[in-house]
Amino acid sequence: MLKTQEFTLNMGPQHPATHGVFRLLLHLDGETVVKAEPIMGYLHRGIEKLAESRTYTQVIPYTDRLDYLAAMLNNLGYVQTVEKLMGIEVPERAEYVRVIVSEMSRLASHCLATGAYALDLGAFTGFMFPFREREKLMDMFEMICGSRMTFNYMRIGGVADDLPEEFYPAIKKFLKEFPACVDEYDGLITGNEIFQARTKGVSVLSSKKAIQYGMSGPVLRASGINYDLRKKRPYGVYDKFDFEVPVGENGDCFDRYNCRVLEMRQSHRIIEQALERLQELPEEEPLNAKVPKVIKPPKGEVYHEIEGAKGVLGYNVISDGTVNPYRVHVRRPSFINLSLIDEMCRGWKVADVVAIIGSLDIVLGEVDC
Amino acid sequence: MESNQVMKQIKEKYQQVEILDNHLLVPETDIKAVMKELRDAYGYNVLSNETAVDYQEYFEVIYNICRVPEGDMINIKVKIDREKAEIPSVVDIWPSAGWQEREIFDLLGIRFTDHPDMRRILLEDDFEGHPLRRDFKWVGGRD
Amino acid sequence: MEVNKQSKEQHPIETMTDDPVIQEQVKRTIALAPLEKLLNQSRAHSIWPMTFGLACCAIEMMAAGGPRFDLARFGYEVFRPSPRQADVMIVAGTITKKMAPYIKRIYDQMPEPKWVMAMGSCAMSGGPFVDSYSVVPGTDKLVPVDVYVPGCPPRPDALTQGLLLLKDKIRDPKVVENEPWKAIK
Repeated sequence: MLKTQEFTLNMGPQHPATHGVFRLLLHLDGETVVKAEPIMGYLHRGIEKLAESRTYTQVIPYTDRLDYLAAMLNNLGYVQTVEKLMGIEVPERAEYVRVIVSEMSRLASHCLATGAYALDLGAFTGFMFPFREREKLMDMFEMICGSRMTFNYMRIGGVADDLPEEFYPAIKKFLKEFPACVDEYDGLITGNEIFQARTKGVSVLSSKKAIQYGMSGPVLRASGINYDLRKKRPYGVYDKFDFEVPVGENGDCFDRYNCRVLEMRQSHRIIEQALERLQELPEEEPLNAKVPKVIKPPKGEVYHEIEGAKGVLGYNVISDGTVNPYRVHVRRPSFINLSLIDEMCRGWKVADVVAIIGSLDIVLGEVDC
Repeated sequence: MESNQVMKQIKEKYQQVEILDNHLLVPETDIKAVMKELRDAYGYNVLSNETAVDYQEYFEVIYNICRVPEGDMINIKVKIDREKAEIPSVVDIWPSAGWQEREIFDLLGIRFTDHPDMRRILLEDDFEGHPLRRDFKWVGGRD
Repeated sequence: MEVNKQSKEQHPIETMTDDPVIQEQVKRTIALAPLEKLLNQSRAHSIWPMTFGLACCAIEMMAAGGPRFDLARFGYEVFRPSPRQADVMIVAGTITKKMAPYIKRIYDQMPEPKWVMAMGSCAMSGGPFVDSYSVVPGTDKLVPVDVYVPGCPPRPDALTQGLLLLKDKIRDPKVVENEPWKAIK
């Protein structure tokens, strides 16, 4: 009898398709994956330990560097947790500014996910188009806070500064052009026959499995479960917006990708509404709540979750009444979404592994913390 | 059913459980039974977050479980002895605990019994100590 | 380095022929220089960086290769996934103790001549994570570094500037003595 022998293939930690320093040890039978062993921690910087020796405000820049593709959302999650701990009420104007910048951050993250996914599957032109829009968003972020990626814009009790004057025409122009750009992605990437052949039906994730393994974000919604914290447990002013939650049907790689593209259209809608409401508010209204100079939350503990770009982003902040947090723990969506990678890769070919990792949209800064 | 009611019903069934301001404090011996009950009878189907804290005298393991797609959440805490640092794993109830418990083991050194794969996940295998413990000593890179 | 430098001495062609047309054509089209300098000239104008992203800075590196900042203008867009085909390693991100042996190995795998750029404050000195228990404070603790690009993360323009400085260094290693970075305002 002829027998095949298994062999192992090391993918990473330096591999262009793993979106960072992620290592996957593949056990292969020919080209078919028998087992995929994920090994991470190559970017483990010990943010949770560092936070213990920083003040509450000094932790904000560290959250930027967790999920550096959607840093505003990480800022938002952390400051809202501390506000909950201290019982601070944020002014309405600041809430709308926060919504605008966080949804812009979500757009930037999804643009990169879309472009990088196209690049993973061999479409270099597909990478260029979403990056063009991402650059426009980066420019606007630069106007707001002077940085392109690591913003440090949110403050406990509000935001660092008002939106500058030149921001308004820029965002209006962007909002006007953006739907056509998404149509362009649809035509170039989503509708592409090769792209569809490589993603449709690949690595189907059933809704039962997705729930069991605690998946969240577009990965969970692609499996047909309508779970978006902006709707289910609204935080900030998210209950005042009219938007839909895109849900997939099959739970394959294509649905996970498509959920992100559809979410971009919804984020666009939210920004439009938030901008309108923001401009209705009088400009004298403050952007910061009254917060003591030294932030010393009372003894206690809060766990707060928001809907990040990758999924449910949770912060657990424990205070012992001093100026430094006693413990900060982050529930990182990429980390938990990745935990099913072994089962998702089994039985698929090596080339599909790239498609599967790309469809999960992981950020290693967040996985390793 | 609201999570407050669920907490009360759990308290009635398990005498040793305490209700503190926004969470349940469950003794270590009851944790598996309470978790199973919450999942099967009350439909808390997702373990959203699991973490632990070092309070110097004891460790506290925190579970945040929620119902998907309804979205309500319940917080559960367990105090465990710092010297022994052992607790039953909930992997067989919620598979999503798998990696999170490995992370807790890696960073805090709490051993989860019956966990199928209790190894370090983020740090190297030969790393000494558990960094998130309060008594962990290290040298930073500043000159 | 100037390849076409007109020497005051007699050009070798003048000893071979008296025909002014030939003399002029040869002087115009043929340049004489040491082989090493010629090779450096071509190396400096087509740097092949390695696709080697560690953290946030890698995204800015991608943006530098993207449509807006367009590294291809300088001939540096050929990002190679394999260290065997690359000649510049751009260390873009935080180096952890777990990753350090791999960085050293990747550096060893690159063929000579090779250069290293430390992009961002983490790669320069550990950046905001310098106090951590698992971070290596700077690339220069592991491999020799040619160009440091500050920023957290540096803008794509800063990376381009870094590559242009590296170009000057490759063309003439002595340029370092003139401290060209002082000219940047």
